[in-house]
Amino acid sequence: MSIVGLSAVDLLETMRSGDISAVDVTTAHLDVIAKREPEVHAFLHIDSDGALAQAEVVDRKRKAGGTLGSLAGIPVAIKDVICTVGQPTTCGSKMLENYRSPFDAYVIERLRAADAVLIGKTNLDEFAMGSSTENSAYQPTCNPWDLSKTPGGSSGGSAAAVAAEMVPLSLGTDTGGSIRQPAGFCGIVGMKPTYGRVSRYGLVAFASSLDQIGPMAHDTRDAALLLEAIAGHDRRDTTSIPQPVPSYSANLEEPLKDLKIGVPFQHFGEGLDSEVSDAVNASLDAYQQLGATVVEISLPYLSYSVAAYYLIAPSEASSNLARYDGVHYGHRAKDFDDLIDMYAASRGEGFGSEVKRRIMLGTYALSAGYYDAYYLKALKVRRLIRNDFDKAFEEVDIIASPVSPTPAFNLGEFANDPLAMYLADIFTLSGNLAGIPGMSIPAGFSSKGLPIGLQLQGPPLSEDKLLRGARMYERESDWKQKRPLLS
Amino acid sequence: MAEYTIVVGLEVHVQLQTASKLFCGCANRFNPEHPNTQTCPVCLGLPGSLPVMNRKAYELSVKTALALNCNIARFTKWDRKQYYYPDLPKNYQISQYDLPFSYDGWLDIAADDADAPLRRIGIIRAHLEEDAGKNIHDESGRGNDSQVDLNRTGTPLLEIVSQPDLRSASEARRYLEELRLLLTYIDVSDCNMQEGSLRCDANVNLHVHSLDGKHIPTPITEVKNMNSFRNVELAIEFEAKRQYEEYQRTQQKLGDVPKTTRGWDANRELTYPLRSKEEAADYRYLPDPDLAPVTVTDEQVAQIKTGLCEFPADRRQRFQDAYYLSPYDASVIISQGLSFADYFEAVAKIAGDGKMAANWVTQDILREIKERQLTEGTYPVPADVLGTLLSQIHANMITTKSGRDVFQILLDEQNEATVTADRVMQIIEENGLKVVNDTGQLTAAIDEVLERSGSQQAIDAFRGGKENAIGPLIGQVMKNVKGADPKQVREMIVEKLK
Ligand SMILES: [Zn+2]
Repeated sequence: MSIVGLSAVDLLETMRSGDISAVDVTTAHLDVIAKREPEVHAFLHIDSDGALAQAEVVDRKRKAGGTLGSLAGIPVAIKDVICTVGQPTTCGSKMLENYRSPFDAYVIERLRAADAVLIGKTNLDEFAMGSSTENSAYQPTCNPWDLSKTPGGSSGGSAAAVAAEMVPLSLGTDTGGSIRQPAGFCGIVGMKPTYGRVSRYGLVAFASSLDQIGPMAHDTRDAALLLEAIAGHDRRDTTSIPQPVPSYSANLEEPLKDLKIGVPFQHFGEGLDSEVSDAVNASLDAYQQLGATVVEISLPYLSYSVAAYYLIAPSEASSNLARYDGVHYGHRAKDFDDLIDMYAASRGEGFGSEVKRRIMLGTYALSAGYYDAYYLKALKVRRLIRNDFDKAFEEVDIIASPVSPTPAFNLGEFANDPLAMYLADIFTLSGNLAGIPGMSIPAGFSSKGLPIGLQLQGPPLSEDKLLRGARMYERESDWKQKRPLLS
Repeated sequence: MAEYTIVVGLEVHVQLQTASKLFCGCANRFNPEHPNTQTCPVCLGLPGSLPVMNRKAYELSVKTALALNCNIARFTKWDRKQYYYPDLPKNYQISQYDLPFSYDGWLDIAADDADAPLRRIGIIRAHLEEDAGKNIHDESGRGNDSQVDLNRTGTPLLEIVSQPDLRSASEARRYLEELRLLLTYIDVSDCNMQEGSLRCDANVNLHVHSLDGKHIPTPITEVKNMNSFRNVELAIEFEAKRQYEEYQRTQQKLGDVPKTTRGWDANRELTYPLRSKEEAADYRYLPDPDLAPVTVTDEQVAQIKTGLCEFPADRRQRFQDAYYLSPYDASVIISQGLSFADYFEAVAKIAGDGKMAANWVTQDILREIKERQLTEGTYPVPADVLGTLLSQIHANMITTKSGRDVFQILLDEQNEATVTADRVMQIIEENGLKVVNDTGQLTAAIDEVLERSGSQQAIDAFRGGKENAIGPLIGQVMKNVKGADPKQVREMIVEKLK
């Protein structure tokens, strides 16, 4: 029977029935990886032996009648910015090429406890900075739908791995859209949870006040399953929210009654691809047919989100990345004159240009004399954006918008225009600034056959509602059935 | 009129005695013999690690700030102070910038003139931060002999910044002594300058008195690397002279040149220029996004307040009031530390005479402690034993001289366990030291001595106006009647010879 391409929910059911083993499932996915990875380049590390060993443990446990975790035998790919014992954690950077974390991230502990199979680490933009995976120090990842296109980023490897059916599930991280944008570009479901819903312990920090780990999957049922496994309070992350996690799967099939969807139409202007706009409008029509009301909402400060984001995120990044200096671990230059020179040479060699650009931006913004005008002002704008959302959610349950202004762009298209790439994150950045949950779900295809995503955002801790709202539409549409044609 | 006034403000760093570090669970212990053994991903600053505040350390800081009469901020936050240094694994220090947890306090110290009223030294703020590690040897970054010990990294460190209220080097030293006394009293730090649990930088400048009565401030110098209170005093004295000479030479006033930093060379007893503040790092403070702000309620502050012991200054005053001690005696006792003051108080209570107890503990006991090199908190004679002995003197049951004899016997006792209050009474009994109040026995003894032919010369001399001439006679009476009170014997002889 066919294993590859099945959802995690279906795989779990089939394994439970005894028709297939966890080793079968892992082997089948390793085979797909072996076949497609040379074209897609989704992974930085594949742990075949480790994965098979974990699958065997699951099978043995099942045979012995032991209790199994909620993801028993399901291969999960991990974005390589999440600390994982036994596998490298490079962050897509030369700086950490040989780095091995001595501890597991909270989410990795949870996945191990759920008996998931940690099959490998996926490619990303260096330290999660970018929207195309081209900033990886090792390789760009290709979009499984069109290998000349980007899968998006920074969680491009995790998105491509699911889209190419190399794994049913993966973990991404989202600081300004890094889960949602690649999910949209690759035609899968990706969710950035509420800030603090998933512990950041063991997530290598890019911008601490914006970073969040989230699930990437073929459909909302799988996303709910994976989120359930990784969400929860963790005392080791003081920004983690001490609230119990509801079962996201339990009432997923229950449609939301009297659903009110708000749409910030005024931001659909310049730069928005007409096919994207058509797909979003079509999905809104579908929602209306399901009984939802669609109203226009105003998010007046949304247009300032790119500016605010590109002050706050680089400021925090410049501080978070200061520790990579070649003194205690990581890349150290071979030739240097003195201590200062050792810092400069090690960091100069270890970081790529986008990381350097953001470190410089942040260092500048935090410098004496500029702090108030830049960083502090950005924090004020951030508060205004949060207020915008708070006000909007007094009227509507969910806010719908495009994920990105266009479908996946060509690899290399923005190589010399980082600003244009920054601006493409206009719809996702604000969710990180506001700390609210958001997800990308498949909403159609362009005339060239590239996936188009629909973004749904909700108030803090509304993940269950968001998933149910997404599931309503998903059940009526068959976008997720379509898969890329690969060898 | 003096040519100038010295103006000093001190920045004191004190390590807090917590079981674990400020933002992780590692042990907080001075352990230079085993470098890098008290570390974890958090204090090593490994990728993906996150700090979690140790609430105990925060509460200990609040306790200290309350003892320094500071206001406690109900809301405080953490900031990253950013600079590159090998002993700082994250290349930023988690500290407090614009919202310290406490501010506006004071500490009273004795003035240079002991009879003058106390001097109130203002405290601008006290904030909490994590300590850095320790670089060992070569700092060029080149040699293989550069090493870093991160055991100290993350130790809770309290920075206490005084107002520039100190007016002399000796005053600065007394401020440090009083601060150390207070912090050891409330048991938040051992304040050991050699081990680095107390470190001090001094901001020094002068107000030069001009002929027209104006005070002209000189540029401020920050003096570092002073490893003892004595050195702080010496460094400030040196710096004052140096600044005055420089002012006379250059006429540079405050504001003409940027603040400079100088190090103290204890061997050559001089300060020398370190890096200039002008080129010093811009710390690019950033509110730490990994740490939630800290809030504290009035109830919690009150709770911490009730847990505070009596402060040294209050106790010093109470000793004067309750035990009739001179300010000097009270000071000597308090400055010996908490245990010694407790010892004194226990002795005084049993003795029933605070003044006498003070004399004995500050002279005999301190001398014995010094000679025997006893560690803090151990005493040559237990408090209840000394108290019992002194109570016998106080009640005129034995003479002071007999008391000293008993004390010596107690000191010579081989077995500590036998040095008890009962033993005091036993020694008095065995040696017949009890004061003889029986005037009949004394009269007989005096008559016997006065009738001796050898006594006549002394008697004549006394009658001739030499009052001291009867000294030998008193001695002879005392010899015959052990435990006689010499004062009483003298009075009786004088009475007889009149
Ligand atoms: Zn530690």
